[in-house]
Amino acid sequence: MESRTLRQQIISMRQSFFDEEILDGQFTQLEQLEDRDNPNFVEEVLTLYFRDSTALLATLEQAMETVPIDFPKVDKMLHQLKGSSASVGANKVRNEINKTRELCQETKVEGAKAAFQELRKEHDTLKAKLEPYFHQLRQAGSAESAMRPR
Amino acid sequence: MAVAGEVLLSGSQELHVLAVDDSHVDRKVIEKLLRISSCKVTAVESGSRALQFLGLDGEEGSLGFNGLKVNLIITDYSMPGMTGYELLRKIKQSSAFREIPVVIMSSENILTRIDRCLEEGAEEFLVKPVKLSDVKRLKDCIMRGETEENRGRRFYKRKFEDDSSPPSSESSTPSSPSSPLPLPPLSAAPFACDLVATSEILSSPHSSKRAKLCNSD
Repeated sequence: MESRTLRQQIISMRQSFFDEEILDGQFTQLEQLEDRDNPNFVEEVLTLYFRDSTALLATLEQAMETVPIDFPKVDKMLHQLKGSSASVGANKVRNEINKTRELCQETKVEGAKAAFQELRKEHDTLKAKLEPYFHQLRQAGSAESAMRPR
Repeated sequence: MAVAGEVLLSGSQELHVLAVDDSHVDRKVIEKLLRISSCKVTAVESGSRALQFLGLDGEEGSLGFNGLKVNLIITDYSMPGMTGYELLRKIKQSSAFREIPVVIMSSENILTRIDRCLEEGAEEFLVKPVKLSDVKRLKDCIMRGETEENRGRRFYKRKFEDDSSPPSSESSTPSSPSSPLPLPPLSAAPFACDLVATSEILSSPHSSKRAKLCNSD
């Protein structure tokens, strides 16, 4: 009974990510790669992603505060962040990166700074939403394996 | 003559792929994509590590650390230090490794970049993020021995053949009559490599590969 409610919660959480377009098809691609040997693959990838992205965003934040901004350097970092965001299906984050990049390429300092803040926000929102999701998944996973006949 | 494809057709052997990418996330994903597709994988973070693994940083020989022959190299394009393109060039310049198919991955769908890589002998140019279907298609191509090398030879042979002669099943491809795998008719094949094989004779070398890549957005 309990595990069914849990599963329902997981399903609706997951669906909301797609409905709100914070995740895209690439996330589904990752889900398809999970198997018995690697039941937490998606969580592992996202953990790796957030580890790198958080560090990169901190460096970017510093770079955006420097006067004058080293735009080529910033662009390079944004490109890197875009790559990994696309690889995990972080749709909104990727869109915000594109906006920020465009403004940087046009050297619109104030616009770029504002866009960067939006980017940070989307990133942190994604992280905040995925953490409980993966937590629930793990709970469901251990509940299921407990029920599985040995 | 010994061709990578011939070795692979003995079903028990798995493809050994050397994956090169500086991004942790991408390395993890490509490794998984390849493992799921029943390939052995060695993932390294740079072109220089890749060359080290191949033994190209001094010694000759196509054996990696654990003695496994590399059947495919898949590399990111934009990497600090040595780019995927530079790695491709080094491999194609090496007598020991030039036969190994090299695939380039890039998050940027830039025509000149794609052309440059294909000109240099890249097997395929995949736009990131790479999907499971890309890897499966790639693997099928390699397993059937449909590599640049073989295509090159087949094209050459066809060019000088009579129009009246039948399509050569006795040509220099590994899909010999004794192979257990039936050759699908080229026109029906959904895979990029077969498309190129048929159209190569008629048009410029890379246009069909390019067309496929550009249309798949």
